Amino acid sequence: MAAAGPSVFLLMVNGQVESAQFPEYDDLYCKYCFVYGQDWAPTAGLEEGISQITSKSQDARRALVWNFPIDVTFKSTNPYGWPQIVLSVYGPDMFGNDVVRGYGAVHVPFSPGRHKKTIPMFVPESVSKLQKFTSWFMGRRPEYTDPKVVAQGEGREVTRVRSQGFVTLLFNVVTKDMRKLGYDTGPPDTQGVSGPSTPQGLSR
Amino acid sequence: MKPKEEKVKIITEEFIEDREDADKGRQKKTVKVARQKGKKQLSAAGPKEMVSEKSHPDDQQEPVQEGSDTHLLGMTSRRGPRSLPPIPSASRTGFAEFSMRERMREKLQAARSKAESALLQEIPTPRPRRLRRPSEKELETEFGTEPGREVQRTQQEDDSQGFSRVKFHDSARKIKSKPPVPPGFPSAEEAYNFFTFNFDPEPEESEEKPKAKSRHGTNQEEEEGEEEEPPMQEGVNKMDEEELLDGGDTEHLLLGLDHAAEDFVAVRPAEYESVHIRLQMEKELLFIPSTLTVPTYKKLPENVQPRYPEDEGLYIGARLEVPRTNQNIMENRLLVQEPGRRWFGDDGRILALPNPIKPFPSRPPMLTQEQDIKAELETLYKKAVKYIHRSQHLIGSGDPPGHFQLDIDILGLIFTHHPCFSREHVLAAKLAQLYDQYLARRQRHKAQFLTDKKQQLSVKIHFSESMETAGCLHIPSQLQALRNAVQMGLNPAKTPKSLETTQKTINEYKSEIRQTRKLRDAEQEKDRTLLKTIIKVWKEMKSLREFQRFTNTPLKLVLRKEKVDQKADEEAYEAEIQAEISELLEEHMEEYEQKIEEYRRAQQQWKAWKKAQRAKKKKNKQAVEEHPDEMKEPDPGEEPVKPVPPEPTDRAVIEQQVRERAAQSRRRPGEPTLVPELSLAGNVTPNDQCPRVEVLRREDVKRRSLYLKVTFNNKEVSRTDSRPLGADFRVHFGQIFNLKIFNWPESLTLQVYETVGHSGTTLLAEVFLPIPETTVVSGRAPTEEVEFSSNQHVTLDHEGVGSGVPFSFEADGSNQLILMTSGKVSNSVAWAIGENGIPLIPPLSQQNIGFRSALKRADAISSIGTSGLTDMKKLAKWAAESKLDPNDPSNAPLMQLISVATSGESYIPDFFRLEQLQQEFNFVSDEELNRSKRFRLLGLRSQGVPEFRNYKQIPMYDREIMEKVFQDYEKRLRDRNVIETKDHIDTHRAIVAKYLQQVRESVINRFLIAKHHFLLSDLVVEEEVPNISILGLSLFKLAEQKRPLRPRRKGRKKVTAQNLSDGDIKLLVNVIRAYDIPVRKPTTSKFQQPSRSSRTFSEKHAASPTTPSATHSADYPLGQVLVRPFVEVSFQRTICHTTTAEGPNPSWNEELELPFRAPNGDYSTTSLQSVKDDVFINIFDEVLYDVLEDDRERGSGIHTRIERHWLGCVKIPFSTIYFQARIDGTFKINIPPVLLGYSKERSVIIERGFDAVRSLSEGSYITLFITLEPQLVPGESVREKFDSQEDEKLLQATEKFQAECALKFPNRQCLTRVVDISGKTVFITRYLKPLNPPQELLNTHPNNPQATAELVARYVSLIPFLPDTVSFAGICDLWSTSDQFLDLLAGDEEEHAVLLCNYFLSLGKKAWLVMGNAIPEIWFNIQQYDSPLRMNFDVTKPKLWKSFFSRRLPYPGLSSVQPEELIYQRTDKVAAAELQDRIEKILKEKIMDWRPRHLTRWNRYCTSTLRHFLPLLERNHGEDVEDDHRAELLKQLGDYRFSGFPLHMPYSEVKPLIEAVYSTGVHNTDAPNVEFALAVYIHPYPKNVLSVWIYVASLIRNR
Repeated sequence: MAAAGPSVFLLMVNGQVESAQFPEYDDLYCKYCFVYGQDWAPTAGLEEGISQITSKSQDARRALVWNFPIDVTFKSTNPYGWPQIVLSVYGPDMFGNDVVRGYGAVHVPFSPGRHKKTIPMFVPESVSKLQKFTSWFMGRRPEYTDPKVVAQGEGREVTRVRSQGFVTLLFNVVTKDMRKLGYDTGPPDTQGVSGPSTPQGLSR
Repeated sequence: MKPKEEKVKIITEEFIEDREDADKGRQKKTVKVARQKGKKQLSAAGPKEMVSEKSHPDDQQEPVQEGSDTHLLGMTSRRGPRSLPPIPSASRTGFAEFSMRERMREKLQAARSKAESALLQEIPTPRPRRLRRPSEKELETEFGTEPGREVQRTQQEDDSQGFSRVKFHDSARKIKSKPPVPPGFPSAEEAYNFFTFNFDPEPEESEEKPKAKSRHGTNQEEEEGEEEEPPMQEGVNKMDEEELLDGGDTEHLLLGLDHAAEDFVAVRPAEYESVHIRLQMEKELLFIPSTLTVPTYKKLPENVQPRYPEDEGLYIGARLEVPRTNQNIMENRLLVQEPGRRWFGDDGRILALPNPIKPFPSRPPMLTQEQDIKAELETLYKKAVKYIHRSQHLIGSGDPPGHFQLDIDILGLIFTHHPCFSREHVLAAKLAQLYDQYLARRQRHKAQFLTDKKQQLSVKIHFSESMETAGCLHIPSQLQALRNAVQMGLNPAKTPKSLETTQKTINEYKSEIRQTRKLRDAEQEKDRTLLKTIIKVWKEMKSLREFQRFTNTPLKLVLRKEKVDQKADEEAYEAEIQAEISELLEEHMEEYEQKIEEYRRAQQQWKAWKKAQRAKKKKNKQAVEEHPDEMKEPDPGEEPVKPVPPEPTDRAVIEQQVRERAAQSRRRPGEPTLVPELSLAGNVTPNDQCPRVEVLRREDVKRRSLYLKVTFNNKEVSRTDSRPLGADFRVHFGQIFNLKIFNWPESLTLQVYETVGHSGTTLLAEVFLPIPETTVVSGRAPTEEVEFSSNQHVTLDHEGVGSGVPFSFEADGSNQLILMTSGKVSNSVAWAIGENGIPLIPPLSQQNIGFRSALKRADAISSIGTSGLTDMKKLAKWAAESKLDPNDPSNAPLMQLISVATSGESYIPDFFRLEQLQQEFNFVSDEELNRSKRFRLLGLRSQGVPEFRNYKQIPMYDREIMEKVFQDYEKRLRDRNVIETKDHIDTHRAIVAKYLQQVRESVINRFLIAKHHFLLSDLVVEEEVPNISILGLSLFKLAEQKRPLRPRRKGRKKVTAQNLSDGDIKLLVNVIRAYDIPVRKPTTSKFQQPSRSSRTFSEKHAASPTTPSATHSADYPLGQVLVRPFVEVSFQRTICHTTTAEGPNPSWNEELELPFRAPNGDYSTTSLQSVKDDVFINIFDEVLYDVLEDDRERGSGIHTRIERHWLGCVKIPFSTIYFQARIDGTFKINIPPVLLGYSKERSVIIERGFDAVRSLSEGSYITLFITLEPQLVPGESVREKFDSQEDEKLLQATEKFQAECALKFPNRQCLTRVVDISGKTVFITRYLKPLNPPQELLNTHPNNPQATAELVARYVSLIPFLPDTVSFAGICDLWSTSDQFLDLLAGDEEEHAVLLCNYFLSLGKKAWLVMGNAIPEIWFNIQQYDSPLRMNFDVTKPKLWKSFFSRRLPYPGLSSVQPEELIYQRTDKVAAAELQDRIEKILKEKIMDWRPRHLTRWNRYCTSTLRHFLPLLERNHGEDVEDDHRAELLKQLGDYRFSGFPLHMPYSEVKPLIEAVYSTGVHNTDAPNVEFALAVYIHPYPKNVLSVWIYVASLIRNR
């Protein structure tokens, strides 16, 4: 066991950026990327993506559906720095400039299985009213230098943000060797550990 | 068969339908009215039978009959025929029997009513009959030839039969519905039939005959009406056929003929079934409930009246609205299907639930997903959290926080003094108080007496009888008892005890008696005085009442005299006295004896002492003679007084004393016992008889009301009603408050509030109630009176005496009294008893004795205060005192803490420890953490140790981590202070390198910390608010030409360095042109005059393009031009070169592309910033040599060898390109001072006098454009976020200044503050300060300031250049002070400039520091004479130069950060020489390495020549030595073709030297007989600044 034991655990995430609720905006697209710690490395799949532009549905839900697939596999030696998905939504403003409509981030769920997450989205605010006006007028809204800022806690105290809308994500998470390496994330299952009861009983 | 049959039926029905339609019209005519009526009641049974009989005569009969049964609806009349045997004929006849009657009757009716219509029927009959003929034929053919079509045939049969069936059925109906006509009575129809029909010859029973007849009649009739029937019957049954034949119709004969004719043609009639048949079929299958209202009685059980719950007042919901008809249908159906009536309610209606539909519409919340709905509507259960006061929470957290209840019963309030008291009230209160006291005393005495008595009885068995006297006090009796006891004890006969013990007890008794007597006397005296005071007060009161002529209080004192027997009393009295006297005597005797004893002893002592004294005196006398001074020491204290013998006591005296005392304190014998009785029987004077002041007082009293607030733990929990103050100053509340408590009861207070009128409420007093003992539960709690008093001062303007103010009873105002408001609250506090009889008492109080004390003990804070908790000693003391249960788990932490604290009694730490319990939280011990390689690695990484900062994927297991990983780190740690000389050739550099390393580390660490401080601009990108200029610019842009004639380079999109890999980034070098490239000199002119003028002249000639041939000499056999330069760019060992141009001012205009590789493939910003590689742009001259050995071949072949001669280079660090994104400009080519074989072309002005002009054209220049493709985002902009020790005001000013400058010239750099090497922000001018240059340099040219200045500048330039970004990877610009700079011997432009500036300042020149943006070059900013292009340095002109310090902010006289004086130590010359040798050796080895395929020969002679020559160069700073040098060289190396040059560099490390040599490409000569020469010279300057000269040359021997 010791020799053959795994040295990394794998985390496979697939799912999709399903839809969004931005009551005020239309024709949005979204980008996603993953932010993860130093001990993590993507082994397969795309860790960045940009979706198509979607328009609001005509029904009462006014949903913006992307159904943009996510499929990425990470390997890691350390749960520290567990991957987060960072979403940023863009869309045209009144003058047709692409402006950011929301940033949001969420950790990839820890436990294997199907998870549906709804992330509230927010955008940084202008520092002043005048600035707000000019940025609106010029179509250059304040943006984060890097969308990955939203996945980190450092330095956020200097910003002011406004909430706008939600994005719904679906994750299907599969992990491998987590339990073998001593990390227990999911609900108790008996598969990982060889149960002492039944096999012994059978052998006798 | 069955399915088939069913099918048949279905088809039949279809036919019926068809038929029905077709026949409708006809039927209307033919069928009589009666028949139509009957149709409604059609029953399916009859026809069914018919069908089955005819179509499937044998096997189908029974099932069909069964089936018909199911359809029966009360057709009892059909029973008969069904029970008949299944013989078709029989049944038929049977049926005919029944139908006969009906038929008869029908006919009768018909004949009667519509004779005409019957006649009319006759007319259409023949036509259909004719029509029918073919079908008959067909049928017959079928019958004979096509058995396969039986089905169809049967259908047809069914058809016809079905039709007839209707008829029969109708007739049957008639029979049923109407009573049959008597058989004997012939109807008109019958009569008609009789005459028109042929009768069957069939032998039938006589009875049946007419029936048969009638049947045939009907048949006939039907034939007439519906013609199809008869042929059917024929086809089916022979019997029928027979019958039909018997019927005697000619048609049949005809049929037979037809049959013969059309044997094989099947012509079929449209299959048709009449509506009647269909309806009948339906009737069989379908049940159609009636829509008629069902009468109620049918729906209810019999004899039950409908009952309506609404009328009985029960709620019935609104029923759903259902149409009446539907209801009826349902009811009918239910009645038929389920006869149980269980669907019907008591009211006879169908049971129904109330209408579930809401009367108004509502919309469910619109949510996108179901999940969302769930999530949003989900209620979250949160357990209610009880608020627990922080300090008062119940200790013993393990106990369930039960509900504890305290019942507070507030009965009332009595004022013992109130401001509204009148004087009388005061007295009354006093009286009452005294009386209460009296009563209390009595009560107590009695009780005590009883207990005492009990005790005495139990203890002293020999206590005879109680000596209860009439006295109310117990003590005499006790005394008596004791006396008796003594007497008993004295009687030895009665006491079995030993004498000794008896004696002892007697003595005890005696002493007890004494004590008791004293007590008794005191008590009796008290009683008497109390009584006296009562009487006195009462008297006073009486007099007061008399005086004021009204009464305020109903108090009345009655003194009851209790008569006593004079004689007995006297006797008792006397006896008492006698006893006492005797006792006293006894005592005195004892005392006397004791005293005598003492006296004797004292006497003896005294005598002994006397004796001794005498002896002493004798001795002393002798001693005095010997020692006179000792004599004066008699001990005065030792001298005992001569004891006086005690006097015996006198009985008379004692008696006297006893009697006196008795008279004083005790009731005289015979005097009646006075018993005071206080009653409220007196009358209060009514208001109208009182004086005004008194009335006022009473009114004031009436206005007052009182209430009490109950506060628990200083929180108000409830309050009583407000009750008016009674005239007797009593308030009755009588309220019980139940306090449910969760917290420890700490205090229970009643606050007495008084309200005067409507004016306001004042807090009179607070009454602290004791928290009851745990034994006190409600119901058993005694009423207690708790006194209170207030210190308020009240003066009233009426009779009320006020409070806190003096008043007097006397008229003259003497004998003043000050009374405070006071009173008593009568209340009872007890623990409540729960429902199950368990007292609701907090648990801890149950296990401790006293609640209050328990509370005190349990709560450490309340007992020792908060500060005590931190004092371990106090805490321990408290713990010991309070006897905490150490086994109680809730005390465990405390006990542990105390045990730890007290274990070392003397050990009290003086220090304060943070996180003293940290150890508990440690996840593993530190040692274990360190032992685990993984943890260690993780730790180091998080600390940001450079080796591990970017370590990725730290392995899971320790075993996977190589020990090697740490080795470098550990080594570095070890070597931190050890100087390694291996890499560095001279020790000083090693030290410096080390130092630099350390500085770098510390700065990086500081920077890492600073990096975590974010500004808004770091996180959020937002464009600035545009100002006019920008707006204007953007407007201009709109009008800009789309394709300008002279396009400018536009900014490209920047790429963040994240997805890059090797090869993605390219370095683009656009070599445009060069100026003033040195040109070749004809080397053949060996003996050319070295005079400058001549050279210049010749060069001038050579320069002119018109005379290129002038330079052509025999030495250039191939007729080359002056120079054929090309540019070779080498970067990261990749080399690219341009094509070869011609002439000294070549124009290449070529773009070279060099790949860029980041170190370790890491394209992160930090990594890119630390790229130390330089771009070398070397300019070579391409020289062709004819290598042809044989001149004879010259005509046929060309053999040339290309040689390239290095002319110069430009070195641009990659970091500069990276940070500036592009480099566009003309740069001076670094041309060695001596370039053998080449000379500078002077093209501009020959005149050498103009220094200024000459300086412009001095040297060669190259125009370059260098950039990176794609453009990389340079590292984060430099941000000074470091601490500063500057004045805050100054900092603000700098920021303002910078902002202003940036506003005007956003592209220009404006520096006001810089970061010093320790990471602190420093104002820039602090760097500028006159500093002394090395003395050596000053001494060189003592009289030539110009030369000195140049020398100093040269010295500064010799300090190696090292950009900050390289040394402090991508952090920021750090400025080191000049001494640091010199210590480090490395720095970038700022340091150089600053140092130079300081030197110049020191030399007395006016110097400024000009900041620019360029590739590292040191500007010789000696503004007096070297003016950098186009810049006006006149700082006095405010228009051109903006001064930081203005009038508003005067120069504060900032002290410099620079040291006072620079100390230069002389460089070790020996070390320099050593270094020189080593470098030479290394370089030689390198050159040999670079030529792996060739033999490298070293020309020693040349080398030594060069070596001699180098110091000369140094001395002349590389100027103006060329010609002499050349001459010398030529002299010495006459027959060698020589190309070589000296390189001059400041020394920092060996590596740059090697690079420089490599870049010249000297080694690239492929000539077979090439020889090399290499010489190194190091000239030491002070402070270890070394000037390195390397002379490299290649020699080719001329033929």
